[in-house]
Amino acid sequence: MKSAVIVFPASNRDRDTAEVLEKVTGTKPYMVWHADSEMPNVDLIVIPGGFSYGDYLRCGAMAAQSHIMRDVIAKANKGVAVLGICNGFQILTESRLLPGALMRNAGLKFVSKPVPVDVEETQSMFTRRYRKKQRVVYPVAHGEGNYFADEETLDRLEGEGRVVFRYAGGENPNGSARDIAGVINEKRNVMGLMPHPECACDPLLGPPDGLGLFEGLVEALS
Amino acid sequence: MTAITQKIVREHGLNDDEYARIKRLLNREPNLVELGIFSVMWSEHCSYKSTRVHLRKLPTKGAVVIQGPGENAGVIDIGDGDACVFKMESHNHPSFIEPYQGAATGVGGIMRDVFTMGARPVAMMNALRFGEPSHEKTRHLVSGVVSGIGGYGNCMGVPTVGGEVNFHRSYNGNILVNAMCVGLARSDKIFLSAAKGAGNPVVYIGSKTGRDGIHGATMASAEFNEDSEEKRPTVQVGDPFTEKLLLEACLELMATDAIVAIQDMGAAGLTSSSAEMADKGGAGIELDLDHVPQREANMTAYEMMLSESQERMLAVLKPGREAQAEAIFKKWELDFAVIGITTDTKRLVVKHKGKIVADMPVTSLSDEAPLYERPYQKRAPRKDAPTFDASRPVMESLVKIIASPDMCSRRWVWEQYDNSVMADTIQMPGGDAAVVRVHGTNKALAITTDVTPRYCKADPFEGAKQAVAEAWRNLTAVGATPLAVTDNLNFGNPERPETMGEIVGAIDGIGEACRALSFPVVSGNCSLYNETNGEPILPTPAIGGVGLIKDVTRVARIGFKRAGDTIVLIGDTKGHLGQSLYLREIEGREEGAPPPVDLAAEKRNGDFVRRLIEQGRVDTVHDVSDGGLLVALAEMAMPAGMGAELSLGESATIPFWFGEDQARYLLAASPEEANRIMTDAAKIGVPASILGRTGGVDLVLAPDKQIAVSRLRTAHESWFPGYMEAAPR
Repeated sequence: MKSAVIVFPASNRDRDTAEVLEKVTGTKPYMVWHADSEMPNVDLIVIPGGFSYGDYLRCGAMAAQSHIMRDVIAKANKGVAVLGICNGFQILTESRLLPGALMRNAGLKFVSKPVPVDVEETQSMFTRRYRKKQRVVYPVAHGEGNYFADEETLDRLEGEGRVVFRYAGGENPNGSARDIAGVINEKRNVMGLMPHPECACDPLLGPPDGLGLFEGLVEALS
Repeated sequence: MTAITQKIVREHGLNDDEYARIKRLLNREPNLVELGIFSVMWSEHCSYKSTRVHLRKLPTKGAVVIQGPGENAGVIDIGDGDACVFKMESHNHPSFIEPYQGAATGVGGIMRDVFTMGARPVAMMNALRFGEPSHEKTRHLVSGVVSGIGGYGNCMGVPTVGGEVNFHRSYNGNILVNAMCVGLARSDKIFLSAAKGAGNPVVYIGSKTGRDGIHGATMASAEFNEDSEEKRPTVQVGDPFTEKLLLEACLELMATDAIVAIQDMGAAGLTSSSAEMADKGGAGIELDLDHVPQREANMTAYEMMLSESQERMLAVLKPGREAQAEAIFKKWELDFAVIGITTDTKRLVVKHKGKIVADMPVTSLSDEAPLYERPYQKRAPRKDAPTFDASRPVMESLVKIIASPDMCSRRWVWEQYDNSVMADTIQMPGGDAAVVRVHGTNKALAITTDVTPRYCKADPFEGAKQAVAEAWRNLTAVGATPLAVTDNLNFGNPERPETMGEIVGAIDGIGEACRALSFPVVSGNCSLYNETNGEPILPTPAIGGVGLIKDVTRVARIGFKRAGDTIVLIGDTKGHLGQSLYLREIEGREEGAPPPVDLAAEKRNGDFVRRLIEQGRVDTVHDVSDGGLLVALAEMAMPAGMGAELSLGESATIPFWFGEDQARYLLAASPEEANRIMTDAAKIGVPASILGRTGGVDLVLAPDKQIAVSRLRTAHESWFPGYMEAAPR
């Protein structure tokens, strides 16, 4: 499996993501600079966490207009797998590759802690290694993770099995609608989530619950 | 040209003697630009004029020291060609005036000090002191400072892994925001600030210069009064996005061999960076301000030289490397400009619009800056014995203490800091010391900040010794070998002999403890004049300690892990209640002598405990400090909700449970291992005793003295969010 990580000027989990990809695929991912207009042919594109362009204006709003995102959108439309984590999720909603929006946390504060999350859908290349309703613990670290969409969209997402991750009952850290932590697009090749599976891949740091996501992708895309 | 009147001299924070000294050094009257330059370079903040003679007494050398005080940060050797670069610095005055930006730029400034030396920042800590919770400003200041620290550090992608938060009325008018940054570099790729050689280009990199922060260093060198909030324009505004670009661009430039010297533009901006680089390199510098990237139109030379706009660096390059460097900064969309050249004149010469606007010998700003041996008066340390009511119920007192503002959980604070980014945080906030793996290796750094200001008030010498000992103990408790410290000395007005006495006493105490524990001081910062309307803060010499863990799989943590473990206390318990939290929280009095620190006992007990961790014999360790033994036991029970049953009989009195005797650790290990530990301790004269065993869901001292751990936890977790959420909206 060949992979690429998009690097915006203030991406900050690009290294964490790249190292997990290297660990599970055996090859270093391409690190693709935001100002590039085209990226190499890969099986998986990851948009990592961070603050892209400082997250001034609105998180991910400027990144969605960047050179490289035009190519990411084109490739996503052709079926290439795209994973957006945290700021990456925000960029995917801002580029309309995923529905909804990520608003300021309900508590109005940045929140950083390990959070239990339920895997709601295993019918995806991102979650095929998990059991349905499996509870995993991933760290969250964001100020704007409060997922919002209108009721009709939310009903549709639920009905189509597109709510992939949900915060465990009573553990919603940001007030997101229906405790949604991650969603997938209609074609099931683009997924975004607020928690950080890439920072839950080392037993020394806590339960390595995030490995399943990356190993599943390798299995599906190799 | 503006005539320099006595009024103008005063407004620059200079006295008559100092002004006379300037005229003597220049052989003439200074112009306004020169006066501005002298005023910031001779300010307490930049010149350390009140403390330098005493700071010289600190031990700064040792086998691990690569770079001691005097550079942007200290550097120590952590083996395998790796170096750890660290420093702690205050941003007290600006944070009181504008808490979000003050704290944010404090974080930005200390990070620049570390990456200026070629290190990638890998961990942040901060030691915060606020006024009493009931004070009208405290909630606003806590909220602003915490979100400012998070706002900057989170965007930088550097985990904030711990620190301290205390409340005391002496900080009502002067909060303390001390930020510590720890970075990693290769020991043969350390960058220094000495601008050696003549004819080398001086380049400006980073953000544009604006009118913000002019005279920040001078503000930070004076007391506050009612009008201090009018100084808001002297507080700088931070832009972590630009700093992140600057970090990556500088590290990219440092991977080449284009740099001769580099220094960040912190306090006193362009002035101090150019003067200090020239001074250290024994060179001169000529600047042409017309080339300085400017954010605002028509800036004067005075404004440019004194601006404290953030996210800027000054570097001296090898000749001919300008284009290579410029390409890197262009890529990161940062300003880059050649603004001057090094010379062999040993003079700082500043040109603007074709005219020389300042011309002075570099040494007049450094070696020949005033140096004061201020008169000091040491108060007699408190020796009084505290009184207390022996009949008070122990468990109720425990709950009250762990729910008090100074002892309750700081979760509300640290959950606003990204502590998982970089995927190396082995020990999150809440342990004795933070543990951060050295990326890509099997070793780790342990980091802590400590000081107990109420001890320092009662006895500056013993209190400062205790701060060092506690830092050393916290590093030891996670299994690290303590290596070196950075100090952040926060005091009141040094022109008062009593305050100067506190400063001298504390520096002597730090020196004695650091020598005894082989724990050299490699960097530091002084923040004086922390007083409002004549009321000084408690003396607060904060100590930031760094240690090394050779095997990251052998890290001890505070929480009980298995039912049936034996709990062992290492160290002597005499029941010292003087200056204890018990006395303050339960009896409502701050009295008595602080606990004496026996440095030989610290070393002996600590070395014993560290060996046990390194050998893999114990994984559950907690140092006993604020609140004493029973509070430490509660802190070990709360993480996993596992209780303990203790068997101490009648000997266990209030001083036993709550005394704050030093050099103590609590361990939990299997009964067989605990027996072996007791035997080994006896052999080398380490005091050790068995207190009881772990298990159940209650903390049980006796059949009539017990409490559910869940109740302790609720009490411990409630105060902070409750207090903050009561904020008027």
